[in-house]
Amino acid sequence: MTATVDYDDLLTRYEPVLGLEVHVELNTNSKMFCGCPTTFGGEPNTQVCPVCLGLPGSLPVINCKAVESAIRIGLALNCQIADWCRMARKNYFYPDMTKNFQTSQYDEPIAFDGYVDLEVEGKTYRVEIERAHMEEDAGKALHVGGSGRIHGAEYSLIDYNRAGVPLIEIVTKPVKGAGDKAPEVAKAYVSHLRDLLRALGVSDVRMEQGSLRCDANVSLMPIGSEVLGTRTETKNVNSLRSVERSIRYEMTRQAAILDDGGKVKQETRHFHEGEGNTSPGRSKEEAEDYRYFAEPDLMPIAPSREWVEELRGTLPEPPAERRRRLQAEWGFSDIDFGGIVSSGALDLVDATVVAGATPGASRKWWVTELARRANEAGVELDALAITPAQVAAVQGLVDDGKVNDKLARQVIEGVLAGEGEPAEVVEKRGLAVVSDEGALSTAVDEVIERNPEVADKIRAGKVQAAGALIGQVMKAMKGQADAAKVRELILSKLS
Amino acid sequence: MTPNLTASAAELARLMAAGELTSEVLTRSCLARIEQLNPALNVFLSVDAESALAQARDIDARRAAGEKLGPLAGIPIGVKDNFCTTDFPTTCGSRMLQGWTPPYDSTVVGKLRAAGLVIVGKTNMDEFAMGSSTETSFYGPTRNPWDTERIPGGSGGGSAAAVASFMVPLAVGSDTGGSIRQPGSVTGTVGVKPTYGGVSRYGLVAMASSLDQPGPCARTALDAAMLQEIIGGYDRHDSASIDQPVGDLTGAASAADLSGLRVGVVTELGGEGYEPDVLARFDEAVDLLRAAGAEVVEVSCPSFRYALPAYYLIQPAELSSNLARFDGMRYGHRAGDDGTRSAEEVMNLTRDEGFGKEAKRRIIIGTYALSAGYYDAYYGSAQKVRTLIQQDFDRAFEAVDVLVSPTTPTVAFKIGERMADPMSMYMADLCTIPSNMAGNASASFPAGLSEDGLPVGLQVMAPPMADERLYRVGGVLERALEQQWGAPLLARLAEKEISA
Repeated sequence: MTATVDYDDLLTRYEPVLGLEVHVELNTNSKMFCGCPTTFGGEPNTQVCPVCLGLPGSLPVINCKAVESAIRIGLALNCQIADWCRMARKNYFYPDMTKNFQTSQYDEPIAFDGYVDLEVEGKTYRVEIERAHMEEDAGKALHVGGSGRIHGAEYSLIDYNRAGVPLIEIVTKPVKGAGDKAPEVAKAYVSHLRDLLRALGVSDVRMEQGSLRCDANVSLMPIGSEVLGTRTETKNVNSLRSVERSIRYEMTRQAAILDDGGKVKQETRHFHEGEGNTSPGRSKEEAEDYRYFAEPDLMPIAPSREWVEELRGTLPEPPAERRRRLQAEWGFSDIDFGGIVSSGALDLVDATVVAGATPGASRKWWVTELARRANEAGVELDALAITPAQVAAVQGLVDDGKVNDKLARQVIEGVLAGEGEPAEVVEKRGLAVVSDEGALSTAVDEVIERNPEVADKIRAGKVQAAGALIGQVMKAMKGQADAAKVRELILSKLS
Repeated sequence: MTPNLTASAAELARLMAAGELTSEVLTRSCLARIEQLNPALNVFLSVDAESALAQARDIDARRAAGEKLGPLAGIPIGVKDNFCTTDFPTTCGSRMLQGWTPPYDSTVVGKLRAAGLVIVGKTNMDEFAMGSSTETSFYGPTRNPWDTERIPGGSGGGSAAAVASFMVPLAVGSDTGGSIRQPGSVTGTVGVKPTYGGVSRYGLVAMASSLDQPGPCARTALDAAMLQEIIGGYDRHDSASIDQPVGDLTGAASAADLSGLRVGVVTELGGEGYEPDVLARFDEAVDLLRAAGAEVVEVSCPSFRYALPAYYLIQPAELSSNLARFDGMRYGHRAGDDGTRSAEEVMNLTRDEGFGKEAKRRIIIGTYALSAGYYDAYYGSAQKVRTLIQQDFDRAFEAVDVLVSPTTPTVAFKIGERMADPMSMYMADLCTIPSNMAGNASASFPAGLSEDGLPVGLQVMAPPMADERLYRVGGVLERALEQQWGAPLLARLAEKEISA
C-alpha cells in the first residue's frame, strides 16, 4: 500500500494518540536474580548460571540495587512509590525465554502515576506516566539463513548473556493533544528520559546497543471524537530520529487506511530504519493471555518510607532546571542552546566545558563537526570514539596556536580513528602548524612578490586585502600554518 | 562383620564414632541390600556403588585421621530424584529429564555432602512429584515393602520404601501436599515436612513453588531430627528461606514426656471416609499422648474442608508455569527434531512425548485456572481459601500447641486401584494438604498396624518454626508404642521376606 496522505492535511481530520513504552536496561553489576555480570558484548553464553538459564531447581533472588534504581527512576519521573508490591510471572513460550515465563510486574508496579514536562519549540507538553515496573530481559535470538526472522530462518542461535539483565519498563498514559507535534513530542520524551536516566547513573542508555528501547503505540482519533482508534505498536525503533520518523510514518499510513474507509489492524509493526517505513509483525487481534500471577519464588517488595526518602535525596538536578542553569551560565541564546539540546550534546558540552574548553568552543565542536560525523556514521553523538576531555584537549591545541581550525578537524578525525590522544595524533600525522619563522617568512615573501598589486593596496592601508595573500600562503604551507600569524607577518612586512 | 541394617541412623553413627563400624562396611551392606531388593521394589532409579564406597572410604579415612566429623557422617542416604545432583541423573520420575545430569548440586545435597553422608543413589517418585502412589513415574511404580501388591505412597514412595525396607537408614524427600508424610504413613516410617522456608528449596526441581518443602525420611523421630538439623537452616539462594536457627530438634526428639503440652484433635480430619482401622489406631495413639501427660482437646478448623479443592487449583496453576521450561530446547528430552520442523513444533512434540498423563492433566487444569476471565473464580478464590486455612491454624494454635489427625484416610491401597480415578487418588492427601497451604510444620509418625498388618500414621501439626514440637510428640509416641509392642513397628517388617 502507498501512503499518499499529506501529513499536515491528515491533522485536519485526525488527532494522533500516542502511547510510549520504554525499556531501560539497568547498569547494575549483576543480573536481576543472580550474580552473573551484565557487561554488554561478551562471548555468547559465557555470562550465565543455573538461575538465568532457568535450569530445573534454580530459584531467583532479587537484586537490591535494581530495586533501588527502579525507585530512583520512579521518583525522578514524579511517580508514587508502592508501599508493597510483588513480582509476577508473565507466561508465554518463546525460545529466547529460559523458563518460558518472564519475571515481571503486573498489577502491582513499583512506581506509578507520574509525569514529565517537555519543551518542544517553546511550548510545554506534559506526558503522564502510567507506571514504571521491574522485569528481566530475555536472551537474544539470532535467526540465521532464510528470511532472517524467526519464521523462515534456517536455524536460530540463542545467546543467554542478556537473559535476566534487569529492565525497567516505563509506560505513558495516552499522549493526546500534541497534534502535528506528536512525533516531536515523542522524540523529546525519549530524549528527556535518556538525559534523566543518564543523570541518575542507572543505565548506559545506548539505543543502538538496546539498553534503551522504545515501542511506539500510535492511533488516530477522528477530530471531535472521544473514542480512541485502533492502535499499532511499532518495535525496532532504535534511535531518537527513528522515534520521530516511525510515528510520522504510522500516522500517514493509518490515515490513508481510514480515509479509504478501511480499518486499522491491531498489530505489532517493525520499523525499517533504511526505508523509513513499518511492516506488520505479530498480529494482536487476539490478545495473548499471559496468565499473570504473583511470583511465588520471590518475597513481596516493601520499601520503607525512610529508604524512599533517602533515595529521593540522591536524585540529580532535574533536567529542565539544569538546562536553565547551564544556559544562563554559558550565556547562549535560545537558538544556540536549543541546538545543543536537540542534537543531544548537552552532557557532552557540559563535560567539555568542565574539562577546560570555553562554552563557545565546546558547542562549536559538538554541534557542528562531531554532529556531522555522528550523522555520517549513523550513531548517536555520545557513541563517537572521542571523549569530552579529548575535545577540550583539541581546543587547547588550537588556543596554544599548535594547530589551526582546519588541522584540528584532522586531529579529531585521528582520535576517532583510534590513533590516540590529540597530542599523539598531531605528532603521528605531522599536523602541527609551522612555527619555523624562517620557512613562513620565505613563503610570505614569495607570495608578496607574486602579487605586487595586492601588496600595494595593503601598503596603502587596505588591510582587508590581506585575505587574498593569507590564502595563498596557507596553500603554500599546505595548511600547516597559523592564519593569524601569517596575517601578522604580511602586515608587518607591508607596513 | 555384617552390620545390623535395622538399626537406627543414630545407633549406626554411634558405632562408627566408637570405631566399631566403618562407613565402608555399612555402605557395602546397604548396597547389597539394594541390589537384592531393588528388582522387586523399584526403589532406586540410579545407584552408584563405586562412588558411594569411595565417599565412605573417604569418611573412614578422615575419621581415622582424627578429624571431627558431623553426627551423621558415614551414614548412607537416598535422595529423591527431584534434587539436583552433579553425580547422578535427576529425572524427577519423568521421561522429560531422562538421563539429564544437572551442572549443580541442590543446597540440600550440598549440605549432605558437607556433613559427610554417603549418597548411594536417587529414589523413585511420581512424575514431577505429581501423585500419591509413585505410580505416575515413567520408570514404573515403586512397591510397598509391607505388601508388594500395594503402593508405597507418593510422590516420595521411593524414599519412604528405601528407609522402610532397610536399604538405607535415611532419605530425603519433598512435600508439596503430603509427599513425605503420606508415604511415611503407609510404609510405617517417619516423614517430616518442616516449616515452609525451613529447608532450602534451591536445586529442588519445583512442582508448586509456594507449597514445596524438602524434609527428612527416617525410621525414628531422632534420626529425622538429626537429618533436619543438617539439611535445615537459612540459604540465601532461596528467597523463602527463613533466617533463624533450626532449633534443638534432637533434644526435642528425646523429651521424656508431654506434660504441659496441649494437643488438639482436628474435628474435620476424621469420621466418614476414613478406614475404621485408621481411626482406631489414631484414637489409641491419642490415648498414649494423653497418658504421656498431654492435655487433649478437640479443635475445629472449618476451612480445612475446602483445602483439597483449593490446593488442586493453586498447585496445578504454579506447576503449569514451573513446568513450562521443559520444551526440549536446552536440556532433557527432545522429540521430532528431524530438521524439517520449526522450534514451536519441536516444543509441542517434546511436551507431548515427554510428559505423562497426570502431568498433562495438571498443566491443563493450571493453565485454565490462570487464564484471563477465570483467574478470579479459580486461582483468586483458592488464594482466599488459603488465607482462611491460615486463619484456622492461627486460631487453633492460640488454644493448643499442636494439632493431630490421621496422616491419610486409608492404609496403602493396591497398585492400579486408583489410577483411573484421579479424585480418589487426590483424597489420599486430604489431611496433609492444610499444612502445605499454611506453610506450618507437620510430620507423620507410625501409629500401629491395621488388622491386615498395614501401617497407619499419626500426623502432628505445629506452628511455623515450632518444628521441635513435632519431634517431641513423635519421640514420645514412638517410645510408648515400642513399649506396648516390645519392639519398633518396623521390626515386624524386618522379619518378613520381601519379594515381588
